[in-house]
Amino acid sequence: MISLAGRDILHAWEKFVFTGVGLGLLIGVTLTMAGVYRGMVDDARVLLDNSGADLWVVQKDTLGPYAESSSIYDDVWRGVRGMSGVACAANVTYLTMQVRHGDHDVRAMVTGIAVGDPGTPGWPPYLVGGRHITRGHYEAVADIAAGFKLGDRLQIRRNRFTVVGLTRRMVSSNGDPMVFIPLKDAQEAQFLKDNDAIRQQRRRTAQDPAFNRPEVPGLLDAVIASQSGNPYVNAVLVRIEPGHDPEAVAEAIRRWKRLTVYTRGRMENILVGKLIATSAKQIGMFLVILAAVSAAIVAFIIYTLTLGKIREIAVLKLIGTRNRTIAAMILQQAVALGGIGFVVGKITATFGAPLFPKHVLLEPLDSAGGFIAVMVICVLSSIIAIHAALKVDPAEAIGG
Amino acid sequence: MKRLPVQKRTLALMAVLLPLLGLFIYVALRSGPLAPVSVVLATVENKRLSPALFGIGTVEARYTYKIGPTFAGRVQRLDVHVGDRVRAGQVLGEMDPVDLDARILAQDAAMKRAEALLNEARVRKDYARIQAARYERVLKDRAVSEESVVTKRQELLVAEAALTAAREELSRVRAEREALAAQRINLHLTAPVDGLVVSRDADPGTTVVAGQAVVELIDPSTLWVSVRFDQIRAHGLSADLPARIALRSQAHEPQAGRVFRVEPLADVVTEEILAKVIFDRLPDPLPPVGELTEVTVELPALPSGPAISNAAIQRMDGQVGVWRVANGELHFAPIRLENSDLNGQVRIREGLEAGDQVVVYSEKALNPHSRIQVVDQLPGVTS
Repeated sequence: MISLAGRDILHAWEKFVFTGVGLGLLIGVTLTMAGVYRGMVDDARVLLDNSGADLWVVQKDTLGPYAESSSIYDDVWRGVRGMSGVACAANVTYLTMQVRHGDHDVRAMVTGIAVGDPGTPGWPPYLVGGRHITRGHYEAVADIAAGFKLGDRLQIRRNRFTVVGLTRRMVSSNGDPMVFIPLKDAQEAQFLKDNDAIRQQRRRTAQDPAFNRPEVPGLLDAVIASQSGNPYVNAVLVRIEPGHDPEAVAEAIRRWKRLTVYTRGRMENILVGKLIATSAKQIGMFLVILAAVSAAIVAFIIYTLTLGKIREIAVLKLIGTRNRTIAAMILQQAVALGGIGFVVGKITATFGAPLFPKHVLLEPLDSAGGFIAVMVICVLSSIIAIHAALKVDPAEAIGG
Repeated sequence: MKRLPVQKRTLALMAVLLPLLGLFIYVALRSGPLAPVSVVLATVENKRLSPALFGIGTVEARYTYKIGPTFAGRVQRLDVHVGDRVRAGQVLGEMDPVDLDARILAQDAAMKRAEALLNEARVRKDYARIQAARYERVLKDRAVSEESVVTKRQELLVAEAALTAAREELSRVRAEREALAAQRINLHLTAPVDGLVVSRDADPGTTVVAGQAVVELIDPSTLWVSVRFDQIRAHGLSADLPARIALRSQAHEPQAGRVFRVEPLADVVTEEILAKVIFDRLPDPLPPVGELTEVTVELPALPSGPAISNAAIQRMDGQVGVWRVANGELHFAPIRLENSDLNGQVRIREGLEAGDQVVVYSEKALNPHSRIQVVDQLPGVTS
C-alpha cells in the first residue's frame, strides 16, 4: 500500500521541510521561554542548595538574608553552635555590588565565607578550576559566568583579590554570579567607606564638642576607632546533625536566641514565592501568551497547507478514494510537520540556551510536555482541516 | 528509470531529515539529566607539604614615648618636627613657666634673707656665749649675783636655739628654691631615649592638660609587625618561625623576618591569635608605622604522605570526602584531613592511598548515579 501522505510530502518536500523548520523556530522560542522561567526559579533554588545550609538564622522579624537585609552580631554563631542538634554554624555575608576587574566592572554577589575547610556552610560545593580559599584574606573564588580567569586580580572596594578558584552555577536569586571572599574582607567591603568619606566622618566627629574634649585626651581617638568597627554579618548558616528535625532545632533557636530562623522549605517559599514572584509571573504570563500564539500559528499553518491541496483532494475524491484515506493523509502530514517542528525547536532551544546571559534551564519534562502539546495541537488543527477537506465537492476537481 | 525522480526526492528529504534526527538524538543525550558530567581527575600523590600560616598585620613600634607636661600649661616653644631624629636627654621644647622664674627670684631673696638671719643668730649666740663665760668667771670672784649668771646662761641657750632655727629656716628656703628649680627643669620636654619624632600634637601657644602628649617619639630600631591569625588556621604558630613580610606598598618584594612572640592573650571578639613578627633587617627607608602587611609564616615541612588539592574535597550527608573513580565507577569516599598548605594541597590522614584517582573538578554537583566524562580541563577556566 502506498502512503498518500508520504507521496504528497515528497511531491513538494522543500515546502514541507521549510514550513516545518519555521514552525520549529517558533516552538524553539516557546521552549526557550519555558527555560527562562525554569532558570529563574532554579537560580533561587541553587542559591539555597549551594549554601549547604539546613537553617538560616537571621535578624529577628526579617526575611533575610536574600529577600531583605538582615544584620546580626558576628559572635551570634557561637551561641547557635551550642544548641542541641546543630552540627555546624558559620557566618555569612551577602552584598551585591560591582566588582572591578581591569577597566570594566561586573555585577556580582560578593559572599563572605567563614574561614574553615571545604564543605563549611557557605562555601562553593564544587569547583571547575583552581582551588578553594586557603588564606584568610585577599583571595577569591568566582563563578565562571562572571568572566574571570584564574590569577585575575579583582578590586572590591579598597582591596585587591586574586582569583584562586572558579566555580559554576553559583548565582544569586537575580542570576548575578557569586564571588566568594573571606568573611573579614567581606565585612570590611560591606561597611568600610571610601577614604574621602572616612576623612569627612573623622572631621565631623572632631567638630563635635561632645567627643572632642580637651580635658579628656584620647577620647576622640577612641570614638573614631569605635566608628570603624563592623561586628555584623547577614546570617548564620546552620547545618543540622543527622537525625534531628530541622523544624525542632529552628524552634529552639527561635525560642532561646530570639532570632528568626528559616528552614529550607520556608526559605524557598520566600525566594520563589516573594523575591522572584513578580518577575517569574511576568515571564510565565509571556510564556502562556507565546504558547497560545504558537498553537494558533501551528493550527493555521496546517489548515492552510490542507486548503492549498484542496484541488488534489477533490481529484482523490473524484477517483473514489475513501474518506478515511484522505483523513489519514492529512493527519499524518500534520503529525509529521509537528514532529519536524519539535525536533528543530528542541535543537534550536538547546543550542540557543547558553547564549542567554542568565541561566536557561531546559527540563526534559518540559520538553516532553511540549512534544505532547505540539502533537495535540497538530491533531486538533488537522481535524479542522480534515473537516474542510471532506466537505469539498469532487466536482471542484474538474470545475473552474 | 521512471522511479528515479521519486528516489531523488526521497534522498533529498532524507538528506535533510536524517542529520536533523541525528542532531536531535545528540541534543537529547548531551543535555539535560542524561548528559554525562565533565570531570577532571587527579591522582593522589605522596608529597611533602610545607604548611604555612597567613596573617594580616600592621607595622608598629615596640616602644612609643608620649612626651608631655606633668602640669597643665601652655607650650612655650617646641624645637623638633615630625621626622627629626633626637638623642636621649635632648630638650625638645619647653612649657611656659608663667610666674615660676619670678618665684625663683623671690626664693633667692628669701634665701639671702635667711642667710642674713642665720648670721645674725650666729653673732647673737657668740655674744651670748662670751657674756655667759665672762659672768661665770666674775661669779667666782663673787662680783655678780648668781641670778645674773643664770640669766646669761639662759640667754646663751636662747641664742643657740635661735641659731638652729635660722639654720633650719635656711635649709627650708634652700629646699624650696631647689624644688622650684626642679619644677623649672620639669617644664622642659626632654627625650628619654634616642628616637624619631613621629607626631607633634601641639604647637607653641597651645594649652595642654597634664599628661597630654605634645610630642610622640618612637624607637625606630624596634619596628615590628603586629600580626593577626585566624584561630582556626593558627595551629603550629610559635616563636622563631621564619616569616615573609609583604608591605602593602611593596607587595612584590617580601622582607624576611621571624616570629618574635605569640601573644598569650588572643582577641576574644575577632577570634584571632596575635603575634609579633620582627624584620631580619629593617627595610630602608623605614616602613611607616601603621602600614598594612601580609605575613606568611612558614611551618616545618611535613613528612611525605598522600595529598590532594582542596578543590576535590566535598561534603555529602555530613561527611567530608572525595569522589573516587575506580574502574570507571564513581563513589564517595569519606576521608580525614590533616594539615594543608597555602597552595591548597591537603594531607590525607586516612581514606585515600597514593595512586587513587579522584574527581578534582566537576561541571556540576555529582551524585553516585552521575555519568562522568573525563576531560583534561573544563571549558572557560583559563584564557
